[in-house]
Amino acid sequence: MSELGSLLADTVSRLFTDLVTKELLESSEKGVWPEKLWRALEEGGLTMPLVAESAGGAGGTWLDAHVVVRASGRHTAPVPLAETIVAGALLSRAGLEVPYGPITLAPVHGDERLTLTRSGAAWRVSGTATRVPWGRAAGHVVTVAEADGAATVALVATGAARITDDRNLALEPRDTLVFENAPVVAAAPAPGVSADAIRLYGAMARAAQMAGALESILEQGVRYATERKQFGRPIGTFQALQHYLAVVAGHVAASGIAAELAFRAADRGDSAFETAAAKIRVGEAAGVSAGLVHQVHGAIGFTYEHSLHFATRRLWSWRAEFGSESAWAMALGRGVAARGADNLWNHLTER
Amino acid sequence: MPTFHFTLRDLPPEAEALREEVRDFLREQFRGANPVTRARSWGGFDREFSKRVGARGWIGMTYPKQYGGHERTFLERYVVLEEMLAAGAPVSAHWVADRQSGPTVLRFGTEAQKQKIVPGIVRGELAFAIGMSEPDSGSDLASVRTRATKVDGGYLVNGTKVWTSNAHLSDYLIALFRTQVVPDRKHEGLTQFLVDLRATKGITIRPIIDLAGHHHFNEVNFTDAFIPDDFRLGNEGDGWKQVTTELAFERSGPERYLSSIALVKELVREVSARPDDRGAEAVGRLVASMTTLRQMSLSVAGMLQHGENPNLEAATVKDVGTTFEQSVPELVHALLDLEPTLDTGSQLQQVHGYITQVAPSFSLRGGTREVLRGIIARGLGLR
Repeated sequence: MSELGSLLADTVSRLFTDLVTKELLESSEKGVWPEKLWRALEEGGLTMPLVAESAGGAGGTWLDAHVVVRASGRHTAPVPLAETIVAGALLSRAGLEVPYGPITLAPVHGDERLTLTRSGAAWRVSGTATRVPWGRAAGHVVTVAEADGAATVALVATGAARITDDRNLALEPRDTLVFENAPVVAAAPAPGVSADAIRLYGAMARAAQMAGALESILEQGVRYATERKQFGRPIGTFQALQHYLAVVAGHVAASGIAAELAFRAADRGDSAFETAAAKIRVGEAAGVSAGLVHQVHGAIGFTYEHSLHFATRRLWSWRAEFGSESAWAMALGRGVAARGADNLWNHLTER
Repeated sequence: MPTFHFTLRDLPPEAEALREEVRDFLREQFRGANPVTRARSWGGFDREFSKRVGARGWIGMTYPKQYGGHERTFLERYVVLEEMLAAGAPVSAHWVADRQSGPTVLRFGTEAQKQKIVPGIVRGELAFAIGMSEPDSGSDLASVRTRATKVDGGYLVNGTKVWTSNAHLSDYLIALFRTQVVPDRKHEGLTQFLVDLRATKGITIRPIIDLAGHHHFNEVNFTDAFIPDDFRLGNEGDGWKQVTTELAFERSGPERYLSSIALVKELVREVSARPDDRGAEAVGRLVASMTTLRQMSLSVAGMLQHGENPNLEAATVKDVGTTFEQSVPELVHALLDLEPTLDTGSQLQQVHGYITQVAPSFSLRGGTREVLRGIIARGLGLR
């Protein structure tokens, strides 16, 4: 890990441990925006790891950002930190200024489009984006669309949208934003950014968040199995439970490295292959692991009072956001099929 | 909770250059080899091939030069191995020795043993078998009963080893025998021996045919077989410590996810001809797993390179890897309306038939799934 990465890891871990409490998570689920947490993240320099230092960021890499995004998932931080980090990176790539405050990404779905049109020197945006993370809480939304023949990054104030509230299983805002020829704050073509960048980097971020949440549920499962006694001994001494948790440990290991690989690829250029692999592999891990760790916890883990659900409900939602395993697998598989069986291994070893 | 250390590794440029050399070599060796043959990679025992691999300097790559080794990195060795397995090369005649017998002799053998044995391994001339399991000792390896009784100048061995792959073709066996019975302390009193399978009298090797009708397993019976003192490997009573080290060499291999790659390739060929959503999704999921497992394996190779102990990580890769390998024939069956065949039908059908039948062994050899999950659970602090 780079020096910056280690520094970010320490800072973010300390900050989340102190601030992301059960009370904070519960109040967030009732719709209260955790302003103190967000301010601490901004003041700690954690919201713009990929933005140049001259522009107020940390001047880091995607791998540095990975540390922060993973920790946000591990602690189930109820803020659009991953979205803001991706938005900041895209704005920077386009040479645009990155505003303070939470920023979200749209559209999330492969079949939705926001359209940019020129209006004199300015740009305007039209279209509907559903299930936008933290739409109501974010000050801005970043989108990428094909305009003038180039992938163009645009920054739009969420105030310019008509917003309908919705939420995911974890009660995180997932809102519908409707833009009707709405003003764009700033837009510019971004070299090296593809038109599907929102979905691509969104999926990469969710993979890392899930990898973090998976670490958390493994730790919770191991702790519970060590503490809980039945038949006169800790339930973790029963082989069936040991093997459940060993399976989860395998998924945690696979998820961590799959997500990290995608971030490393993003630093090097085209990360479509690695991002697809990560979203698929981590998404598969999410379902299996959530089920097994719930089984380890028994009925208490099924209550709202217990904390396990903060991670498991997010895993069930996050795996379906920015493209499910099946959607990414079809895309990845078509690419593999197009290259042909005899190029499968060559291609794998080039990643 | 102890953490698992899976770190992304970049292969150094010299390893990537080596990859091209290995590919050129394999292309030349196997021009036109059919996928059915390639699917049998692990089972392929070809001494001439192994000697050619040895001549290229690709056996004993990390061993010291004074014993004929090449003192190259574990990452370079990793590249050679993954290319061999991905191509379905017949590695059996040198692979066990390269992976575990050579390192075990180097770690625990006497100077004379190292000089006698290791250069032959490096040249690809000495094939090794593994003498651990017995009829009543499988996962509970410390319960071995084959006795080595001290006599003048050596030991007399009586008992039986089973599942001894390629014993009928190999030169040596590294075997775990009981030299002393310590009541209630089964891990004590065990000793490892080098057994010369050709020169030792009192050894009978009988085939054990697997469910597909193939012969690679054997039962190796010892009746008053005399093993000289200078064939004892390490000190009397150190056998358990040594054998667990040997098993760590066995499990730390980067290859525990490639057993079904021939079937993955044939599936991709089928899907490429008629790409549809279901086929593409199946291939996408397999490739996502392979991509991830390869990085996990590389991470283990990196740990070896840095002198770290990868026992826990290697057990994890093997557990996740064999689960993946076994999922491949199931997925092919779920996807296609296709009968697996023995030696008729398409290549896909034949490879599918072969992998379907051999798949149960993936999570048995080199430590059962249950043993591995026990190791992982211990790593998690549950045992």
